[in-house]
Amino acid sequence: MALGFTEDQRAFRDVVARFLADKSTPTAVRELMVTSTGYDAAVWKQLSGEVGLLGTHLPEAFGGFGFGPVEMGIIAEEMGRYLYCGPFFASAVMAGYAVLGAGSEVDKLRLLPGIADGSTIATLVLDNLNSPDQVGQQLGATSAADGYQLSGVASMVVDAQVANLMIVAANTPQGISLFEVDPQAQGVAVEALEVLDPTRKLCSVGFTQTPAQLLGEVGQANLDPLWGLMSTMLAHEMIGGAQALFASTLDYLKLRVQFGRAIGSFQSLKHRAADLLLELELAKAATHEAARVLATGEGDLYAPNMAKAMASDAYINIAKQAIQLRGGIGFTWEEDTHLWFKRAKSSEVFLGTSNWHRERMMQQIEETADV
Amino acid sequence: MSNAVEGAGSQGPGPSKEQIQTEVGQWLDEHWSVDLSLSAWRTLLVDGGWAAPAWPTEFFGRAFSEEQAAAVSEVFVARGVVGVAQAGPGRLASHTILGHGNSDQKQRYLRSILTGEHAWTQLFSEPGSGSDLAGLTTKAERSGDVWKVNGQKVWNTSAHHADYGLLLARTDWDLPKHQGLSYFLIDMRQPGVEVRPLKQMNGHASFNEVFITDAEILPIDLLGSEGEGWRIAATTLSIERQGFAGDRSGGRARTLVGPIYDEYRDELAIALEPYTWYPQRAGRVDLALPRARQTGAIKDAQVRQELAKLLCMQKGADIAAATAAAAKRSGNNEVVPAGSIGKLAASVIARQASHVHTLASGADAMLAGPASALEGIIAEVLVSVPAISIAGGTDEIQKNIISERVLELPKEPRFDTGPFRDVPRNLADT
Repeated sequence: MALGFTEDQRAFRDVVARFLADKSTPTAVRELMVTSTGYDAAVWKQLSGEVGLLGTHLPEAFGGFGFGPVEMGIIAEEMGRYLYCGPFFASAVMAGYAVLGAGSEVDKLRLLPGIADGSTIATLVLDNLNSPDQVGQQLGATSAADGYQLSGVASMVVDAQVANLMIVAANTPQGISLFEVDPQAQGVAVEALEVLDPTRKLCSVGFTQTPAQLLGEVGQANLDPLWGLMSTMLAHEMIGGAQALFASTLDYLKLRVQFGRAIGSFQSLKHRAADLLLELELAKAATHEAARVLATGEGDLYAPNMAKAMASDAYINIAKQAIQLRGGIGFTWEEDTHLWFKRAKSSEVFLGTSNWHRERMMQQIEETADV
Repeated sequence: MSNAVEGAGSQGPGPSKEQIQTEVGQWLDEHWSVDLSLSAWRTLLVDGGWAAPAWPTEFFGRAFSEEQAAAVSEVFVARGVVGVAQAGPGRLASHTILGHGNSDQKQRYLRSILTGEHAWTQLFSEPGSGSDLAGLTTKAERSGDVWKVNGQKVWNTSAHHADYGLLLARTDWDLPKHQGLSYFLIDMRQPGVEVRPLKQMNGHASFNEVFITDAEILPIDLLGSEGEGWRIAATTLSIERQGFAGDRSGGRARTLVGPIYDEYRDELAIALEPYTWYPQRAGRVDLALPRARQTGAIKDAQVRQELAKLLCMQKGADIAAATAAAAKRSGNNEVVPAGSIGKLAASVIARQASHVHTLASGADAMLAGPASALEGIIAEVLVSVPAISIAGGTDEIQKNIISERVLELPKEPRFDTGPFRDVPRNLADT
């Protein structure tokens, strides 16, 4: 696949961006972030129906549009830019990719069309959000007469408060497996948590002998590729947010006048802006590269780790400077910068810190070297 | 771009690739021989019109397009044929003269650049004007029938081999600084020009200082008009920024057998000598992982982090550059121009590479020379990297350019827009 985006892909980005610019304004974000559901059902309906974004990455056979990680990345990037509030990441990205990777044909036919058309709001229940290696220590499944039973607690689950389908990763004697759970089933306890980033809702989810249906083969859930896909999409979200903050900060530097000059004319601030641009451009390149690697299967296996590490660092650095360069106003609730700052912080630690991703990358480099 | 080389390409379609390759192939059958001397061969090449096929027909070329000229190169490379002299400064000279010289200047100078008979150097930077090149103070004054030049130049690559120099000098002190400069072609082999090697902190002497005392230039060697120096210098600098598309490694000719190749290799060795440390200046990212494995530092969690950061930056920069190049080819302007961040990225990457090499070596980094790590390469990295964020425009100048031209932040107030005579200068110079 060629570098850069095709004309179709750029047109697609424009459509997504226009929709979000209209629906996900800072005012809308502020309204939604204080609600308990955290999303606008009418916008969700348009997102799934008219605009049709939720099944972008899913094959047509399962109700999707048959595109790949590059197009999905475009959506995630624009959602990050406009700070979209809603279960897109939990349902389409996390649960959607989980079912796509682990489910049997029958599972996919049963579950994916609902995710694609938005009638299903799914989430992926992981009992650890730091590393796939630590998943399965809190949630366990035992086989029962007519399927499986789940028990344990996942302490942080994205958008579980609105989910009508849970895809759960739990340990079994045969290893980690994925299960389908109805949130209304017996023994499911969903509790909303107070969060640092109110645009990304989290709940704790407990299971007590909850009936669950196995997806795919028992013990065969391979979380590494799923983690790579999720990390790549999260990296897109982050570079989208970083671009939005960087642009608004540049505007501020041009408008704000102190000591008789626009503060953007001071070399110390110009040079900081240039440094941030460099970091942003490298992170963008690595993130788009990760989507291309996932789409084509060609390139470094650890491209998603590079993307997540670089996007995390770039986003949080830009967010810190976005506040610093605004001075006092940047620290106020009234100014919008903190909305992105908090998303930068929650994204920085979600699905592995940049240190974790760099270590993962080095492990893979070492493994390939030993072969 | 205003230079005539590019302009020449747009003169209609001309012969096809196949026709060109057949014609040049036949011509080579008749003329090329490994037993010729280098100068005899290049004289044939220039007279045959195959030395610089992209140049205008009246000046040794065939007005070929870039693609047509590439078709010729392809045949040369495939057959191991030696091309024209392509040492860096000569290329800057030929392109600048082609773009801005008059017919007489083109006739007098271009041929000997192609044959390699005459070598050139660039005389722009001065001790008192580095980043602020337009603030240079080397003076050219009319004195009877000649221009008399006085001043000092620095960072002059290959000046010790040069027959001629591309000289930027001030001819009017009452105009604003950019407007008072003129561009000259100066004979380096005259009593008023003294070249001294300039030794760098890494021990190499890749450049020179040039002291000019009452050197003389004939009026026919003023390039363009008086006061046009800055505009013409821009052409030279843009050619310099393109890098040397010519094959620095010497390509296949490096290993081929025959008298002409021996002579060619000697010429290349001289031309490339100033650049042997350039890979080390860029940090030798390629050696970071092997070196960390070799010393066992790869087992250290902190080293792994720093190494991973380095590899991430390098990958990001490679992809960003390739994406920008692809976007430029397809006419998509949405991508940030690679040139503006590429140089800054190279500095950051080189510094990080130097950091990783230091961590990987530990106390061994106290040594230098052939007996030290990787036959001295690591030591050379450690003392060469500081140059990359300075040479060809400091990081600070790059950041000014990025912030003003890419990010469109307002310019700083200036204090150098009036007559140059009144512009504050280095205290040491006054």
